[in-house]
Amino acid sequence: MCRLFALTSRDPVSPMRAIDALNVMKEGHDGSGVGLFLSGLGGPWEELKEYPILSGIFTDEGLSRMSDYMTKNGFQPKYSATFTPDVEPPAGTPRRGAYASIAFKIPDGWKGMAEEQVSQNLVRMRLGLRAMGEESGDIMVFSFWPDTIMIKEVGDPLAMADYLKLDREELQARHILAQGRQNTNYAINLYACHPFFIEGISTMTNGENTAFVPIREYLMSRGVTGYQGYQSDSEVFTHIAHYTTKRLRLDISAYKHVITPMNDDEMRDHPDREFLSDLKRACRKLIIDGPNCVIGCLPDGSMFMAQDRKKFRPGVVGGNPELGIYGFSSEICGLNAAIPDRDRTKDFQPMHLDTAIVGPDCREVLQCSQKDPLRPQL
Amino acid sequence: MLPERPITPSTLSRKDLPWQIKWDINTCTKCGRCTSVCPVNAIELGVFRKRDVRPPMGLNAKPTTEFSTYYGIRQRTDPAYACIGCAMCNMVCPNNAIEPNRQYDSTTLEFQNNRGGQPRTRGGRRNNSESLLDQIKFIRISMLTDPALDAGRHEFDVRTLLGRVLSPEAEIKCYRENGWKPPVREIYPLVIGGMSFGALSPNMWEGLQMGVAYLNEEMNMPVRMCTGEGGCPPRLLRSRFLKYVILQIASGYFGWDEIIHAIPEMKEDPCAIEIKYGQGAKPGDGGLLMWYKVNKLIAAIRGVPKGVSLPSPPTHQTKYSIEEAVAKMIQSMSMAWGFRVPVYPKISASSTSLAVLNNLVRNPYAAGLAIDGEDGGTGAAYNVSMNHMGHPIASNLRDCYKALCVAGAQNEIPLIAGGGIGKHGNLAANAAALIMLGASMVQIGKYVMQAGAGCLGSEKDRCNVCNIGVCPKGITSQDPRVYRRLDPEKVAERVVDFYLSFDTELRKVFAPLGRSTSLPVGMSDALGISDKDAADRLDIKYVI
Repeated sequence: MCRLFALTSRDPVSPMRAIDALNVMKEGHDGSGVGLFLSGLGGPWEELKEYPILSGIFTDEGLSRMSDYMTKNGFQPKYSATFTPDVEPPAGTPRRGAYASIAFKIPDGWKGMAEEQVSQNLVRMRLGLRAMGEESGDIMVFSFWPDTIMIKEVGDPLAMADYLKLDREELQARHILAQGRQNTNYAINLYACHPFFIEGISTMTNGENTAFVPIREYLMSRGVTGYQGYQSDSEVFTHIAHYTTKRLRLDISAYKHVITPMNDDEMRDHPDREFLSDLKRACRKLIIDGPNCVIGCLPDGSMFMAQDRKKFRPGVVGGNPELGIYGFSSEICGLNAAIPDRDRTKDFQPMHLDTAIVGPDCREVLQCSQKDPLRPQL
Repeated sequence: MLPERPITPSTLSRKDLPWQIKWDINTCTKCGRCTSVCPVNAIELGVFRKRDVRPPMGLNAKPTTEFSTYYGIRQRTDPAYACIGCAMCNMVCPNNAIEPNRQYDSTTLEFQNNRGGQPRTRGGRRNNSESLLDQIKFIRISMLTDPALDAGRHEFDVRTLLGRVLSPEAEIKCYRENGWKPPVREIYPLVIGGMSFGALSPNMWEGLQMGVAYLNEEMNMPVRMCTGEGGCPPRLLRSRFLKYVILQIASGYFGWDEIIHAIPEMKEDPCAIEIKYGQGAKPGDGGLLMWYKVNKLIAAIRGVPKGVSLPSPPTHQTKYSIEEAVAKMIQSMSMAWGFRVPVYPKISASSTSLAVLNNLVRNPYAAGLAIDGEDGGTGAAYNVSMNHMGHPIASNLRDCYKALCVAGAQNEIPLIAGGGIGKHGNLAANAAALIMLGASMVQIGKYVMQAGAGCLGSEKDRCNVCNIGVCPKGITSQDPRVYRRLDPEKVAERVVDFYLSFDTELRKVFAPLGRSTSLPVGMSDALGISDKDAADRLDIKYVI
């Protein structure tokens, strides 16, 4: 079972804190890979919040092809944090080239464009680059979005951290999702490695999504740019979160009503029963059949955790409101390692009806139950 | 054979008949039950005269001849009375002195079946023993991350939706603006398909209705039953049990006067309205209720004279085209119940299924599409229609589901698959396979008759006399002397039994696949088949 760890903090922290937590939780995962999502970036990125950052891995040729592509689309690089390892990669990890995070200046022609249109264009460009590198493998792009960096690689998380120097200051972030394994259910492929990302929304999952194929078919038929790929059964969770919040414009507390709606008995006395039962029917194809634990981060920096009723061992959320740091962990030992200085009695294990949400202010864990009335959102 | 019997081109010997009566002179008590129960008069009491020549000792005396007479059972060799292998003779024989035996090497009767220029019309089954559905395996066993679910202990949600479901965006808009929502029923995914009141005997119908009511009210299983063409008994129309019934209207409109007139007095809305355009076992052909079965009761319910054959035309006689028919019929039927009842068409699986589906996707009132494959049964059809016409259900359903996926409407229009489900007894496996190929629910007819009432028909042309009102078990007869053999209470009990067994077996399929919280509609990654061409055609895994 994959090990997941997420951190959300008022001040930027090093991703090593999450990697160390993964290492503590190593028992149970095989260290076959690592995936990192970083947002709320610190260091040099603080001044570059509105510039979309392209994250990926490029060979020399790939870098120049990417550069041509960006220039052709009117993008000028503003700041680059490219890292090329100068040592031999650990056994099993291929030598790939430069791990790049490059902030670009948006072309003048995009000024005044609706936010939605800009988002779609960014997604389209990311997919264009991905398609360019699909055959030769010289370009791999994981995200192209402001204030977001993504890193993925095959190998043990700690060895990777050493190899890729993840303790660099330029990788410090306020919101970190870290996952410690490569894809299990399908072939090994960096695009299949968690976390997954679309338009500022990122999630990672452990478990097995048995409803993957019908959900994939449903999402692909929605006509949303970016719903494609699907090397992993967990990628759909990110897209469902995107669909729920951006397309249906529902609050993240409604996400759980989409992926794991209540049964008739649970819904019977609910004040929003009529709406929820309609939503359950309309989104029937998006119901997951786990067991799954989903941890995700939204564009505003809110972080959430939810699991379905088949998840026997739920994840845990805990932290310190004074220090302004909270962790979301698939195992309690990971949380203990990352945030030892916290009131453990306030740790929260969301059960099958709950969603745990920590806002960008990192002050408290908001516990949403599906039995609660819906937040005003309609 | 008698010496004076003429030998003509169509005379057959016993050897030519596919079913041979084996009668044991030593154990027979000559009670006559077998001959009285035989539905086709294939056997009769016979008087046999035996000549015994006794040669005396020596050369001078002449041999003497003695004649003895005995009574027994004689099988007739006239093709019109050929034994159908129903074995009712054996069922009523106190000593097992008689039974029909199948003779597999004789095909002669097939050439003599059509008499007087009339092709053979029969009821029953298609007589094709192959089943693609039985070859499909469930291969995606969920063992990777967690133990498989326990089918006996976990909570399962085995329900499906019948009715037009809005897209999530439209649903939210509708909620915000308080708009009109198409009616949707949450039902059990195994539906009893259309078998009309005229085709089935009153006892069979009553048994089925009782079974369905029990499943709904005592077992918490929202099972629904379709009436088939021919209307519905007036008392049922005015009872609270109507909500468990899908009313069918077909091209003959039989019984619809009765239904329309009962609308003001209906306490409950029916579950749905099914408009039948075609039947899988005789695609492009109208239904036929032969005159043998149109007795006083059936004639009254259908609003026709008694004792006349009732053919439904193959298409709606009032409609110009399928597009127009689908649109108008759905709209007018919806309107009749104030847009509170889902209305959907039923068509034969065919090359035009996609065209009809395309129509429905664009029709906001369409509640689903029932597709009937070639392997379905029928109360009466020509041999050639039943055996050689039609499209298999699996590939047709798959095409339709994939078309819905392309249109993004796979949750919006439920597909109901029928035709050959459980033909070899593997009801749950066949149903699960069709659900994973894209059906929201499946419908069964023959299986209900076999499991619920002990229908004797088999895939080897056994019995198949549903059309002429002599059903040996009383399932499809309108003759009280025959149908009182069937106890409605027992039928209801068997229906409940097989539904509960089906439910357990379905969970036994779903649980290892890791599915329990929603019906695995379209979960095609779970399916595999060892036939490469079939795998490619259905877009499922090829496994050997």
